[in-house]
Amino acid sequence: MTLSFIVLAVLTVAGMAAAMGLRNAIHCVLALTLGFAGVAALYLQLGAQFVGLAQIMVYVGAVAILAVFAIMMTHSPESAKSPVFSSHWVMGGVVGMAVFAVLARTIRSNPLCAAGMPPQPEASVQQIGDALMHRYVLPLEIMGLLLTAALIGAVVIAMDRKEEMK
Amino acid sequence: MIHLVQLAQPLDQIFVIAKRWLLSYLPAALQPLCSAVLSVAAILIAFATLFALTTLLERKGLGRMQNRYGPNRVGPWGILQPIADGVKSLTKEDIVPITADHVVHFLAPVLLVTASFMGYAVLPIGRNMVLVDLNAGVLFFFAVGSMMELAVFMAGWSSRSKYSLLGAMRAIAQMISYEVPLVLASIVVIMQAGSLSTVAIVNMQAAYTGIWPHWFVFTPWGFAGFVLFMVAATAESNRSPFDLPEGESEIIAGYYTEYSGFKFALFFLGEYIGMFATSGMAITLFLGGWSAPFAFLTWVPSYVWFFAKLLAIISVFIWIRGTLPRLRMDQLMNLAWEFMLPMTLLNLLTSGVWHFMPGGSLRWFVCSTMVVVPCILLSRGLKHKKKFQVRTYHYSE
Amino acid sequence: MNPLQNYLLLSSLLFSIGLTGVLIRRNAILVLIGIELMLNAANINFIAFWRFGPNPSALTGIMFALFSISVAAAEAAVGLAIILAAYRHSRTTDLDQMNSLKG
Repeated sequence: MTLSFIVLAVLTVAGMAAAMGLRNAIHCVLALTLGFAGVAALYLQLGAQFVGLAQIMVYVGAVAILAVFAIMMTHSPESAKSPVFSSHWVMGGVVGMAVFAVLARTIRSNPLCAAGMPPQPEASVQQIGDALMHRYVLPLEIMGLLLTAALIGAVVIAMDRKEEMK
Repeated sequence: MIHLVQLAQPLDQIFVIAKRWLLSYLPAALQPLCSAVLSVAAILIAFATLFALTTLLERKGLGRMQNRYGPNRVGPWGILQPIADGVKSLTKEDIVPITADHVVHFLAPVLLVTASFMGYAVLPIGRNMVLVDLNAGVLFFFAVGSMMELAVFMAGWSSRSKYSLLGAMRAIAQMISYEVPLVLASIVVIMQAGSLSTVAIVNMQAAYTGIWPHWFVFTPWGFAGFVLFMVAATAESNRSPFDLPEGESEIIAGYYTEYSGFKFALFFLGEYIGMFATSGMAITLFLGGWSAPFAFLTWVPSYVWFFAKLLAIISVFIWIRGTLPRLRMDQLMNLAWEFMLPMTLLNLLTSGVWHFMPGGSLRWFVCSTMVVVPCILLSRGLKHKKKFQVRTYHYSE
Repeated sequence: MNPLQNYLLLSSLLFSIGLTGVLIRRNAILVLIGIELMLNAANINFIAFWRFGPNPSALTGIMFALFSISVAAAEAAVGLAIILAAYRHSRTTDLDQMNSLKG
């Protein structure tokens, strides 16, 4: 466990735990952004440069801002006094801990690929582009369709329909 | 004359040689760390000095365009004015509203300045003078550029004031709208260069045919891309004519209304540094980075050319600021989504056609029409849809 | 404890934090944020297996992670639009109060 991994892991877990635990919704999203940045740093440490930078660009630069906008637009003034957690919080906490326990036990008891570090594989942008255009071209085109559908769908769903109701 | 020619090569690499000489005095274990620290310190000093120079240049330039002198009291021709500004902002009282969110209020300018300075890591300032030669350099630049929007939101929201929130909402809407044409306009260059590495892009433009350089701006798709990139960069930096989020005559100071003293100066610094970084990226992508404009001028050191091009772009920014009136919010958004986005996509198509046609005047003719005709048709068509109408003033009756 | 196990433990911890958040929080937007958190944890898994697993030159882990990021962004957009529409209808984002379909 190198020092950089420990630091990044602590930062990410702290950010994500704060994102799920804080009272103020905007503080939650800012802590989430810190968590996203931590995850991006983990990707960069693993050597996946393109994915790490895409993570920053998409998550920190777009999804976080989207969440913040949504919180601003659905802001209700009584949120300061209402309880933070729902009425089933005990069950939710138990389920979360149980899932983590099962996953951790599976990971620890599994004789995974041998201890030690294989050499750093190379994932240059050229190779990613080649893979996207040759082997993964069908998922790429479907992703384009999906993003178009999501774009149009989000605009239609969130559109203000007051002028239709007049 | 021969001495001068022999001097050109070491003069070009003088900073690289100086750094290597300094590092040779250190033990080998410390050398990578100290090399990085030295380069970062050099970038910080150089661009902070350029920031100070630009504030002075802007005030004097705007003053002259508005038929008045700029600041001319502090030092001859006002040269020491930035020092006076720095002293003022450091000694002013730091007022934070009592209902403001103190932690977020403090962190917003920090995040803005950090995100702005990180963009310089991939700009090649001279031959062999780039801080990090990332394989995905251009993607890194746009990724840290998108972090600036979060800082703007943090500033506007944490101040708990109507002007701040309104300014922050407008600023974010503008910045994310113009990020799309900005990235698409740079993709044409990436397509032609075949690499996301800024060093590879500049090296591809550093060749000459005869005396003419291979800069991408001298091609139809490159010129259109450069114009689109510069317009989007102006909007990304909240510069006039896109400065509605911080318009002084509209909403006081937008998202940094409630900031005073050094935090205000940090916002100012962050914005200008972001503007320099985006201009630096435009120079790298379209204007050939550190390469000289003509083949017989290559004896001038490469970093001199980079800073000369940067100063030229800054002067154009100041010129536009003094000339054009501010765009309204809906005009701004219409420009981004209805004009610039289709133009960048058509530019992509043109660039593809350029790549696959054999070289010659037919290629020039076809690509130029593919760029110019839709531009005219789009702007005329949108005008008839009453989007870009001439402003008529209706007084209350 | 080899490095692969460290990354997998980290990602399972993040996944369970996200799951707990989805099950516990009242605000609908924060539930969506919990879902984003779970997707991020799964992406860490993919990249860790790409790095430490056999045959990294096939780039499978990276491709999966890239497509997962795109799908997550699209899903966040549509989910937040739905929450906005629901907010306009019922004037609240509290999930405990959106129980009119209950038997």
